[in-house]
Formats: sequence, C-alpha cells, structure tokens
Amino acid sequence: MDQLLQHLLNGLLLGATYSLLGIGLTLVFGLMNVVNFAHGEFYTLGAYAAFAALTLASVHFFLAIPLAIAAGAAAGAICERVLLRPLRGQSIDTVMLVMIGVWITMQNAELLGWGGVAKSVPTPFSTQPLVLGPVSVAPLRVFVFVVSGGLILGAHLLLARTRLGRAMRATFQDRETAALMGVSIERIHTVTFAFGAGLAAAAGALLGPVFLLYPSMGDLASLKAFSVVILGGLGNFAGAALGGIVLGVAEELGAGYVSSGYRDAVGFLMIVAVLLLRPSGLFARAERVG
Amino acid sequence: MSRAIRALSVALAVVFALGAPTAQAQDAVKVGVIQPLSGPVAASGNYVRMGAEIARDWINGKGGVLGRRIELLIEDNKSDPKEAATAAEKLIVRDKVPVIMGAWGSSMTLAAMPKLEEYGVPMVVETSSAATITKRGNPWIFRISPPSEMEALGLEKYLKEFGIKQADFLAVNTDWGRGSVTAFGDLLKKSGASVGAVEFMEQSATDMNAQITKVKAGSADTLFLTTSVEQITLVLKQAQEQRLTRKVITTGGSSSPSQLIKQAGAAAEGTYHILFFLPWFPEAMPDGKLAKAFVDEWAKRGHPFEGLTEGFRGHDGVLTAVEGIRVAGKADPKAVQEALWKVNVMGLNGPIKFEKDGPAGKESGQSKPSIFIVQVKDGKIALPAFAAKK
Repeated sequence: MDQLLQHLLNGLLLGATYSLLGIGLTLVFGLMNVVNFAHGEFYTLGAYAAFAALTLASVHFFLAIPLAIAAGAAAGAICERVLLRPLRGQSIDTVMLVMIGVWITMQNAELLGWGGVAKSVPTPFSTQPLVLGPVSVAPLRVFVFVVSGGLILGAHLLLARTRLGRAMRATFQDRETAALMGVSIERIHTVTFAFGAGLAAAAGALLGPVFLLYPSMGDLASLKAFSVVILGGLGNFAGAALGGIVLGVAEELGAGYVSSGYRDAVGFLMIVAVLLLRPSGLFARAERVG
Repeated sequence: MSRAIRALSVALAVVFALGAPTAQAQDAVKVGVIQPLSGPVAASGNYVRMGAEIARDWINGKGGVLGRRIELLIEDNKSDPKEAATAAEKLIVRDKVPVIMGAWGSSMTLAAMPKLEEYGVPMVVETSSAATITKRGNPWIFRISPPSEMEALGLEKYLKEFGIKQADFLAVNTDWGRGSVTAFGDLLKKSGASVGAVEFMEQSATDMNAQITKVKAGSADTLFLTTSVEQITLVLKQAQEQRLTRKVITTGGSSSPSQLIKQAGAAAEGTYHILFFLPWFPEAMPDGKLAKAFVDEWAKRGHPFEGLTEGFRGHDGVLTAVEGIRVAGKADPKAVQEALWKVNVMGLNGPIKFEKDGPAGKESGQSKPSIFIVQVKDGKIALPAFAAKK
C-alpha cells in the first residue's frame, strides 16, 4: 500500500511536468496549426537561460524563472517573425520542415555554447525530503508542481477570459473575419507563438533544477509533449493538463508493477490505444467536424 | 533571396577551404577516435577526448611515431549506436585511418564492430564493459577496459567486508547495463547472496522515481548501480528524496565520484565506486610517476578534476593504438592489427598486454586492467578501510 501511494505521488508529480510541457505545444499546434518540433528546444533554452541568470548574473532563483520565460518568449517571437511569417499560407508540411530545421539549429547552437557536459542548477530548496506519512517528496518538486498548476490555470484563463485570448481564438478560427473586426492578425500570430515558447521555457526553467541540463535534453521533452497533446486532444488545454497526469501515472505504475525496462512502452501503448479508440483525444468533447 | 544564396555559397566555400587537408596534415599519422561528445553521456566522452589529446601531445612531444606526428580525427557518436557505425565508416573510408579508438558505450562499440570487420581496421576499445564485445569473434577488437565479469572478480575479494546478503540492481537499459547485471548477479549468487529487484532505465531517462520506489519496497541491503555519471547523479538525488537507505555500489568505472560530490552533494555520501584510475592517489597507481604527470597536465590544461577517472581511458587508448603503429612499422590497418598482439606498454591503469578472448581462430584481444574501489566519505574520496589495508 505504501508503495502504491508513493507510486501515485511520483506519477502525479511527473505528470504535472508533462502537462506543463504539453500545454505550450497544444496551444501552438491546436490554434496555429504549426507542428512545433522546436518545442523541446525552447524548453532547453529556458533551462539554460535560468542557469545563466543564476550562475553568470547571480540573480535570485525566483527571479531567474521569469527571466527564462521572457527569454523563451522573445526567442519564440523572433522565430515567428523571421521564419513563420513569410510562410503564412504555406502547407503544414513546409512549416514542419522549417521547424525541424529550427530544432536542429537550436540544439547545435546550445551544444556549441554550453558544451556537452551536463550542468546542475543550484536551488534554494533543501534536499531533505518532506515526509508525509508513508510517502516522501522533495520540496523542489512540490514547488514545481504548484507553479506548473498556476501556469496552466493562468494560460487557460488568459485564453478563455481576456480580450487577447478572444482575439487569438478568433484569428485562428477565421482570420479574415477577425481582421475585419479590427484584430491585428500578424501581431496575434507572433504573440501566440511567443506564448507557447514562453510556456516551454517555463517548463525548462522549472525542471532544469529537478534534473540536469544538457543540450539534447529537449528531445525527451518534445517526445513527452507530443504524447500529451495526442492524449489530450489538439488545442485542448484541460486535455493536455489531464493527459499529462494520465501519462505520468501510467508510466509510473507500468514501471512499478510491470517492468521498468518497458516504462516508455507503457505510455506509447496507451497512445496507440487512444488513437485507435478516441482519435481526437481522451478528453475531447463532441465537436463540429470540418 | 539571391543575396542569401550568395552569402550561403561564400560560407560553403569558406568551409571547404578550411576543411581541405593541408600538406602538413597529410604527413601526420592519423588515429581515429569515436566518442559520445554530445547526448546523454556526453560528459564521459568529452573527458576521454581530453585524455586522448594529452596522449597525442605527449607522443608528438617525444617525436611522434615512425618519425611523423600523430593526428587525432575525433568523431562524435552523439551517444547513439547508429551514429557510432556511421562515424566508424567515415573514419575508415574517407579518412583512411589505420586504427580507431572508441566508442565508449558498449552498444555504440557493438554497432561499430561490423564496420571494422567489413573494412579490416582494428579498434582499441577504451571503456565498454559488455562481455559480448570480445566474445563475438571479431579479430579487430582490442579491449583495454575490463568486461563486467572481470570487474565482478575484482570485487569478489572484498565481498566479505561488504557483507552483502541481498542486492538490488538498477542499470541503464543497454548492452553495458544488462551485461553488468548478469555478471555481478552471478558473482553474488555464487557467493551465497541473493538478487532482489532488477530494474532498468532508458539511457535518456531523467525520472527514476518509479524504479526507486520499487527497490525501496524490497528488503535488500545493497544497490548495484550501473550507468553514466549523469544518471547516477539523478538516481542518488531521487533516492535521497525517497529516503532509500542502501549501500550503493556503482560499476563500470564511469561514475566520476568528484562530479557526484559536486552535483549530488550529500546524496553521494557513503557510496562505493568501482574505478580504474585513482587521481586522488596517483602515487598508488602502478606507474605513480606517469599518473602524477597526467594529473598535473590535466590541471594545467584547466580540465575539470572530476573528469580524470574517465580521461585516463583516452590516454591509455591512444597510447595503445600508437604503440601498435610503432610495432607494426607502418600505418597500415592489417599490420597494426597483427602488431597490437605484441604491444606491451605501461598505461595509467597499469600494464597493457593483450590475451586472446572469444571463439578460436577469430579471437579478440583483451588486456587485464587493474580494478580499484573508493568510497565517498565526508564529501571526500577515500579508500575503504578494507581496501587500504591490502
């Protein structure tokens, strides 16, 4: 029983990180129809930006995270303005190829800039675990969990409740009509992509200290983010949030009770099942098609 | 757009001009090196490269080999077996190297091996531990690192002091990790101890909490941990978060304990590490003077101290490869392969001399490296009391 509780707690904490990775991608993918292969690189960028702020500029840990988010959003805005804007109206495949190029370029730039040796990010949190009855958890992971939840909720509210969010949704539903209503289409595209990149960078800045930093760390993050998006349904915020938790718990229980050698396989088997049975995602509501 | 194309062609022309071999480079004797310089196990690969460069400079400082300088052609296998095979083919076909040193991970080495056989080029294996590397009947393989079985034998004499009754295993899901679990598991069973949970993790995995929870539920007293320093760091930190109290022994010699102390902090306290080079006690090494000189040179170059336990492999590997060329008298792959059987040099780990291993008629070379155990104690590296006595 104790073991099960610890597994569930581990799964929840891991799942929250997957959710955070997934929401930025589902936003860009679902709203803009851009398959952002560079999502993991914005994650890496966020992690290294936080590391640089902490070690080179020696700012406080809590300030380093917003700085990293800003860096990620800025990089996202530049990427959208320079690469994606000229491709507006091109097929999704063309955009996909460009994003693969961005992925490779950014990863190699990180390798060039930081070297291949893993770096560890110092945090002000104690490494002594918080003991809650039969289970224990690191304070840092609780912090990451809470901030992730806040970011997911904040992003959802921004999209659902604000003028900007409404303009975003309108633009990607019908750009001509939105433009006629006075929405600045170009600006909305840039802001949306920057928003997605900023969320990825937030995930990097939060998870970098939990794990280790190395230039190819984004590959695993991308893989998990895509899994979460498929599980939760394209563009579905609540779906991504729940999909992440489901994936995290499934992996954890699969590793704990089936075999740790097939840990990732458990997650992917679930995705295959979802694609077969509920192709629009686990949490998709009945929607108008076409 | 046309301006962009013009800029691109200029850039390409510059790249080609820089890449063109100069007359001087053609005179040098080439030695191929394949290491993971990026990807999940990049730290180790980079340290090996640094050690290899020191060996190169020392050899060149003493006049090189066959009256020529040596030049290292270093390829990145990106911690990926597929890339290791590609790198081997590139070094052999395009650069025509007479000998290669590589490729750190067992899975990477195994992937490169068919290329060695196909083209007939010998490779000095500096790190890989999977037994199967020298058992496959590939006569182009010369390994200077101990296979896991040999490591297990090195531990055997201390088994009583460790007092292991039951041990769990947590290993990277590669040929190295799986081979190590078999080798150490067999040793434990032979000595009357039992094997508890056997858990694996993917090479790029970062969250090992599930495996740790499972291990914690068992009743073993010891945890054997086989993976790269990056994952060892994460496992130790996550084990601390879950209050796992086990005697931890890392195998494979790639644990860089000084890096663990730096990155895992208190979580590394008390852990034991099987190593093949002890930079903390260079004078205790088989050739103390050589070891001291290497440690000093490493520091002079500003390389991180924690890389030494890995970096020595690069030195010994290049030393062995170049000695092969010297004995052969020419930089020809077939001649170097035959000459490697006659090599007898003193490396940082100890004497390097190959014995036959694997199926008759197609044996690979295997040396008998020295094996050491250290412990992290009060945030420092110490020889365990029982090992210091001997």
